[in-house]
Amino acid sequence: MIETLSGWGRTPRIACDVLRPRTEAQIAAALGRGSLIARGNGRAYGDAALNAGLTVDMRGMDHMLGFDPETGVLEAEAGVLLSEIIAAFLPRGWFLPVTPGTKFVTLGGAIAADVHGKNHHIDGSFGAFVDWIDVMGADGDVIRCRKSENGDLFRMTLGGMGLTGVILRAGLRLRPVESAWIVQETTAAPDLDALLNLFEAQADRPYLVAWVDCTTRGAGLGRGIAMAGRHAALDDLTPGKRARPFETPARRARRLPVDLPQLALNRFTARAFNAAYYRNGAREAGTALVDWDSYFYPLDAVLDWNRAYGRRGFYQFQCVIPLAQGRAGIRALIETVAASGRGAFLSVLKQLGPSSGALSFPMEGYTLALDFPRAAWSERLMERLDSITLAHGGRFYLAKDARLARGTFRSAETRAQDFAEARRAAGHSGVFGSAQSERLGL
Amino acid sequence: MTKSVLILGAGSDMAKATARLYASKGYAVRLAGRSPERFETLVADLRTRSDVDASCHAFDALAPEGHKAFVDALPDLPDVAICFVGAMGQQSENAADPLKGVEVMRATFEGPASVLAHLANGMEARGSGTLVGVSSVAGDRGRATNYVYGSAKAGFTAFLSGLRNRLAKRGVHVVTVKPGFVATAMTEGMDTPKPLTADAQEVADAIFAAVAKGRNIIYVRPLWRLVMAVIVSIPEPIFKKLNL
Ligand SMILES: Cc1cc2nc3c(=O)[nH]c(=O)nc-3n(C[C@H](O)[C@H](O)[C@H](O)COP(=O)(O)OP(=O)(O)OC[C@H]3O[C@@H](n4cnc5c(N)ncnc54)[C@H](O)[C@@H]3O)c2cc1C
Ligand SMILES: NC(=O)c1ccc[n+]([C@@H]2O[C@H](COP(=O)([O-])OP(=O)(O)OC[C@H]3O[C@@H](n4cnc5c(N)ncnc54)[C@H](OP(=O)(O)O)[C@@H]3O)[C@@H](O)[C@H]2O)c1
Repeated sequence: MIETLSGWGRTPRIACDVLRPRTEAQIAAALGRGSLIARGNGRAYGDAALNAGLTVDMRGMDHMLGFDPETGVLEAEAGVLLSEIIAAFLPRGWFLPVTPGTKFVTLGGAIAADVHGKNHHIDGSFGAFVDWIDVMGADGDVIRCRKSENGDLFRMTLGGMGLTGVILRAGLRLRPVESAWIVQETTAAPDLDALLNLFEAQADRPYLVAWVDCTTRGAGLGRGIAMAGRHAALDDLTPGKRARPFETPARRARRLPVDLPQLALNRFTARAFNAAYYRNGAREAGTALVDWDSYFYPLDAVLDWNRAYGRRGFYQFQCVIPLAQGRAGIRALIETVAASGRGAFLSVLKQLGPSSGALSFPMEGYTLALDFPRAAWSERLMERLDSITLAHGGRFYLAKDARLARGTFRSAETRAQDFAEARRAAGHSGVFGSAQSERLGL
Repeated sequence: MTKSVLILGAGSDMAKATARLYASKGYAVRLAGRSPERFETLVADLRTRSDVDASCHAFDALAPEGHKAFVDALPDLPDVAICFVGAMGQQSENAADPLKGVEVMRATFEGPASVLAHLANGMEARGSGTLVGVSSVAGDRGRATNYVYGSAKAGFTAFLSGLRNRLAKRGVHVVTVKPGFVATAMTEGMDTPKPLTADAQEVADAIFAAVAKGRNIIYVRPLWRLVMAVIVSIPEPIFKKLNL
């Protein structure tokens, strides 16, 4: 059936032929009539999970297949949501080893983008906890791959954005936890240097993330609020909570019933929001016990917040700058955004470690993610941010990208050529492809 | 003691969501339908997610002579039995080939009524239990576009109503579910109006709540009650000329 689909940023929107398979045989039967791309829960921002010819929505293949409490390995089909894994296993003392900033992504999507969490600097990306993957290749055969078996396919599938086949199932190693609570340590940093110093000082914290103000210029440039965290042990809990360590107050998710006009999020509201956020963070500095949902997924509290940017949609720009050039690069990026006078609502800074997949995004360095409404000014601004990223040896996150020019991508990605060639050799090109892979020449 | 739920027509998307919901509440789950080996992954899923007892059982609505044996062979007489079985066929084929129509009627009315009748007798003897029949708004009034299926659902709705009446004083409750449009495999490719289309999870939530509260007849999306009230009230001389 033809449906108009988009990523989370709601741009671009493409009329796609959509298949919702419930069995492997249905996927195999769809192979070989033009290219197709697998789609998870559509949380990639741009066009990574769109193919007008055929988009295979994997949400119907969402069975959990088994769990071994000795090893913590969960075997599940690719369409299972991370939120479902939490719902089933947190009450039994297990949590995701790595999680992105929304729990509404599929296991397949988390593998295909080799997603990172707030613990990347310590634990690495999602792929580091994936024991094996079953991938359906171009001929319809299902290949089990892991580090030690079909290792090339494994490395290419982690972060491979669905371009090496359809991920059917995987084994994921969960993390044992003593409670559903996080001990959060909030620190305000009055400028960028202070913020990055803080990152260095707190590099041993299991989770670390900062919100950074990209609207303020001058002395307060790059000021931010760092939020470190660790899973609370039983000893961290009050006796009341200790009796039921996995019970946290249920958070009721709200909905945004209509698209807001694009004007709602403008330069003035952005500045006011950022100032308020900083004041609030500075006031709440210190240590607090926070439930897992509020700590990891603050944005999930409003289910369809992407409508806040209006009908035209929005972009997220995310790059990583290698450690050696990290300070200079991040400063240049923030300076450019602040000087534009537009700011960005949500600006998130994280430290990343080395990566595992052939095309995975992370590298040792700092990553900055910024949201912009879709407009001519934001497209021009992002082109400037692209150049700064290139000049500092950085690269871009495909899961967020909707607009990168092929040339820019190729300059940033020395790995792209090898990836594309390996794909050709394996017979993947022409069978698996997305609007994004077409645009970028992957 | 652990309670158990029997899900008839376990291959349906609504059945999957309902099975998961009951498992998450600690129920043992019996999945029944044709080629039950297809339900092995769902059995594994229920065990993995909720650590409950789950099993699959062969059940064919079109073979009512086997229904008693089917009920007797279950691990226990369930506390709750929910029937999702139904077949729509293609109205054009059902009209052109009445034998096809008969099969739709048998799978949608005769088979579900037969198996619920056996379960009802067992529950009546025990003095407890809940039976849930998934019927359809299509049974509220016959329309050119799907009256074969609709007439079978009409029969099923009347059957459930009578059963509820019979068992009301015997400790057994009967729930009639009219889902309205639901985005499932059955409706894939149909362009159904969004405000009137529920997803499988909504159906599951509505069924669980209806069983818990002892409701009689539920429309999954309340708007349907209004829509059907209007459709049912249109005078026949006008109705017969409409394209609905
Ligand atoms: C609010 C928000 C916060 C986020 N925070 C983070 C973050 O902190 N860190 C981070 O790394 N990412 C983050 N992301 C991005 C998100 O985690 C990734 O885009 C993820 O891939 C989305 O998964 P999905 O299931 O929605 O997949 P989709 O968006 O549907 O698809 C994403 C990619 O995965 C591929 N894919 C999906 N399923 C399969 C499959 N079964 N087989 C093969 N390929 C498949 C698609 O082809 C596509 O290339 C965030 C996104 C949002 C909306
Ligand atoms: N989708 C809607 O919009 C909608 C609206 C109102 C009511 N309903 C009703 O809701 C119920 C579930 O429907 P659905 O949408 O989920 O469609 P579905 O997937 O086609 O479900 C129908 C179920 O009935 C089973 N079935 C059919 N014939 C059978 C037989 N002879 N013996 C045993 N099982 C048989 C099917 O099993 P197999 O897999 O073996 O075919 C399937 O599991 C049906 O009763 C349907 O009439 C649906």
